[in-house]
Amino acid sequence: MSKKDLKYLINRKDNQYEVVIGLEVHAQILSESKLFSSSSTKFGAEPNTQVSLVDAAFPGMLPVINEFCVKQAIKTGIGLNAKINKRSVFDRKNYFYADLPQGYQISQFKDPIVGEGKVILDMPNGQKEVGIERLHLEQDAGKSIHDLDPQNTFVDLNRSGVALMEIVSKPDLRSPDEVSAYIKKLRSIMRYLGTCDGNMQEGSLRADVNVSVRSKGSKELGTRCEIKNVNSIKFMQMAIEYEANRQVDLIEEGKSIDQETRLFDTKKNETRSMRSKEDAHDYRYFPDPDLLPLEVSDEFINDLKNNVPELPDDKKKRFIDEFKLSPYEATILVSDIDIAKYFEEVVAKMGKNKDIKLAVNWITGELFAVLNNKNLEISQSPVSAKNLAILVNLIKNGTISGKIAKTVFELMLDGNKDPQKIVEEKGLKQQSDPKAIESLIDKIINDNREKAIEYKQGKEKLFGFFVGQAMKASGGKANPQLINEILKKKLQ
Amino acid sequence: MSDITKLSLTELVENIKNKKLSSTEITKAFIERSEKSKELNAYITDDFTSALDKAKKFDQKPNLDLKLPGIPMAVKDLFCTKNIKTTAGSKILNNFVPTYESTVTENIWNEGAILLGKLNCDEFAMGSSNETSFFGNVQNPIDKDLVPGGSSGGSASAVAGQLTPITIGTDTGGSIRQPASFTGTVGLKPTYGSCSRYGIVAFASSLDQAGPMAQNVKDCALLQEVISSYDTKDSTSIDFKRNKYSKELTNNIKGKKIGIPKEYRVDGMPKEIEDLWQKGIQYVKDCGAETIDISLPHTSYALPTYYIVAPAEASSNLARYDGVKYGFRAKGENLIDMYEKTRSEGFGAEVQRRIMIGTYVLSSGYYDAYYLKAQKVRKLIKNDFDEVYKKVDAILTPSTPSSAFKIGEKTNDPVSMYLNDIFTVPVNLAGLPGISIPAGHDSKGYPLGLQIIGKAFDEQNILNIAYAMEEKINFKNKITDWWIK
Repeated sequence: MSKKDLKYLINRKDNQYEVVIGLEVHAQILSESKLFSSSSTKFGAEPNTQVSLVDAAFPGMLPVINEFCVKQAIKTGIGLNAKINKRSVFDRKNYFYADLPQGYQISQFKDPIVGEGKVILDMPNGQKEVGIERLHLEQDAGKSIHDLDPQNTFVDLNRSGVALMEIVSKPDLRSPDEVSAYIKKLRSIMRYLGTCDGNMQEGSLRADVNVSVRSKGSKELGTRCEIKNVNSIKFMQMAIEYEANRQVDLIEEGKSIDQETRLFDTKKNETRSMRSKEDAHDYRYFPDPDLLPLEVSDEFINDLKNNVPELPDDKKKRFIDEFKLSPYEATILVSDIDIAKYFEEVVAKMGKNKDIKLAVNWITGELFAVLNNKNLEISQSPVSAKNLAILVNLIKNGTISGKIAKTVFELMLDGNKDPQKIVEEKGLKQQSDPKAIESLIDKIINDNREKAIEYKQGKEKLFGFFVGQAMKASGGKANPQLINEILKKKLQ
Repeated sequence: MSDITKLSLTELVENIKNKKLSSTEITKAFIERSEKSKELNAYITDDFTSALDKAKKFDQKPNLDLKLPGIPMAVKDLFCTKNIKTTAGSKILNNFVPTYESTVTENIWNEGAILLGKLNCDEFAMGSSNETSFFGNVQNPIDKDLVPGGSSGGSASAVAGQLTPITIGTDTGGSIRQPASFTGTVGLKPTYGSCSRYGIVAFASSLDQAGPMAQNVKDCALLQEVISSYDTKDSTSIDFKRNKYSKELTNNIKGKKIGIPKEYRVDGMPKEIEDLWQKGIQYVKDCGAETIDISLPHTSYALPTYYIVAPAEASSNLARYDGVKYGFRAKGENLIDMYEKTRSEGFGAEVQRRIMIGTYVLSSGYYDAYYLKAQKVRKLIKNDFDEVYKKVDAILTPSTPSSAFKIGEKTNDPVSMYLNDIFTVPVNLAGLPGISIPAGHDSKGYPLGLQIIGKAFDEQNILNIAYAMEEKINFKNKITDWWIK
């Protein structure tokens, strides 16, 4: 397939439309305490139990920046190959809402902590670079709960003041698949860095999606709509698909697209207008006089740079160079830090005489299938990296066959049993004594003399029959390679 | 001992240390006088019962090493005080009881002082006459129906009327110095960043600063020594070497260079003020200092700049009073309706006026023309001071363009009211320390003040100059106790 064939286009009669997407990702910083207070950020606590006087905006309370959150933002900037701004400014974004206790959100407007950067995506048709416009620090708001009471709205301020990084991409994305790859890549980078757990169910990662369309080949950007606060990759893709088609339909009907903010209704699978450009808030941004401009030294930044762990792109390169993996295999193994860790542990535990290719096959094959079935993360794998390494070594050194290994693997799932012990206890050790196999084969040939003659006369298909008989006779334990060799000799 | 309340803070501390007076005796005396002085309306909330308990407790085990041993003190109701109602002079906080203590008041209690009560002030410190308080006008002890100035009007009235030996106010554009000038007392606005803003109800964060108000310069220096501290809970607090202001206080200012800025000779300034200023110049010369004519060219832009920056910050700072979490809440049909009713009923006219000005100057399309430009002018005003401080050690000006005016006189003329701050506002915009000391009387016998402006963090120097001048001026407040029946 050529690159062109993979392009995501929306077709109408004679016209083809390209979709242009930019994302504003809100990533919750992994931090014990909030951006400007010492309250805990733990997820799932009783409502309003993690709220300080600062978070609830009591009179005379003042924000004090959490240095750890600053470091996390800079580390993320480094991971995005971005410019770190030594001086950034916190601004107030003013609006009234019941779950916004201060009446303003402290954010960064003109001078963000991180400037332009880039992210590389591995797409089926090659690599794609996505530009990062900026990353800034801001506070999260609380949560309004409207469905507990018919008359009243309840407010939970546990989330109020939690540190977020808003990562704004350039309008470089062109399809729902690229959006999926982009989110996965961002999440992967942040998980490697330990700056965001990327947990979309808990709202640690969510995005505002900007969508516009234009005629294929056009260089100008169309009018965009912003779809607010989408919290899963699947919903992002559905929302984009719906929204792009809606916009194309409007153009086809000769109508214009209004710049507006829209919401994605996950039940109806459609986007709905939330507010038009005219109704947009005037946030009255101005520098927060309670906070001095944030200044960081070269030394501070370099310290963080020197402590950045190996990131997915580098790790992938190393896996290809060092372990001779294919780019495809390497991409899968580095996609998540826990998978990469598991793989590297397996490699380490296999010792000197290792078969990495075989290990990769077992991880991406049998193990992934089990994890998928049981809906588990690799960090919850029922088989430890150490035991998987032992299993792979047992195959490699001929103790068991690949087929037996599958049986052993099944048994390992229950309580992470040591495969060596399973092999011993169940007597599954492969028969590799040539003499024993020879006598076994002699007997089979003797019992099936007619078939042996047929084979020798040219019915070569019968070779498989003999192999099967030999395996059966050995209870599946005979070394298949030896069976092959000896059979060939005897049937000549 | 009816004379106890006439003693200065320094004298009271001496008497306690010499065991000539007990904290109970002193506290009782100020409570009695405060109770007889209800007509001044200086207090919003009193805490007399527990003040007396605390005084008794102090006397049982007096710690005489403290700087304010067993000294009773009332404070402006803008400082949050743990378990004591804190209103900021507003209906919207009429029922608000903090669970926490401001750093400045915490510093005061840590040195042994005892809270008498919370003093009246303009609503959210917005005003120059104490007439915007939800809790009513404050009377100036100087004369009936005379404003005490503002916003720290209750504080000034209470010190001048000897309801408290000393107090603290806050100063955003002159709210300590102007009422000090109107009541014949001493008021210091410290360098921005000297006193923590933690726990002070915010008006304009980049300008607000707490400071002492006293009967004399020495008391003022002692209290400044207590309240000024570096505080990690306030990101704008500055870690600099703080003097022992009262111990290092000296009247030797020989050779100091004092700048006299020509731009402070404003149109329509009464001759009495000009004469006072000339007298002041003579006093500092008599003390062996040298005066130098200087220019602060951007002075005339200070007031309009202030009335953009302060309302802008206030409009945002006061957004938290929305009826959702604490304070007054009006019933509404829905959230927006509740907001509108709560804020319309909860805030007074002046506060609403400033919120509207502030919202306007920050709104998109106007931001650059107003707020951004004001910030640039603010920088120019600061540069003016930086420039002259290459040549002089301090600056001498009048504190206010007039003496105290009658209650109601300027209520309907906000601009004339704002003009009251013309000499004090530049100091806040530049973040500098300024002190007002009483320096004479006008023809009506009302006090007039002079202001000494210092370099940043140079409180000791302006306290010294004030101390030397105080000796020469030998000011006596003319207070007849007219309100005591």
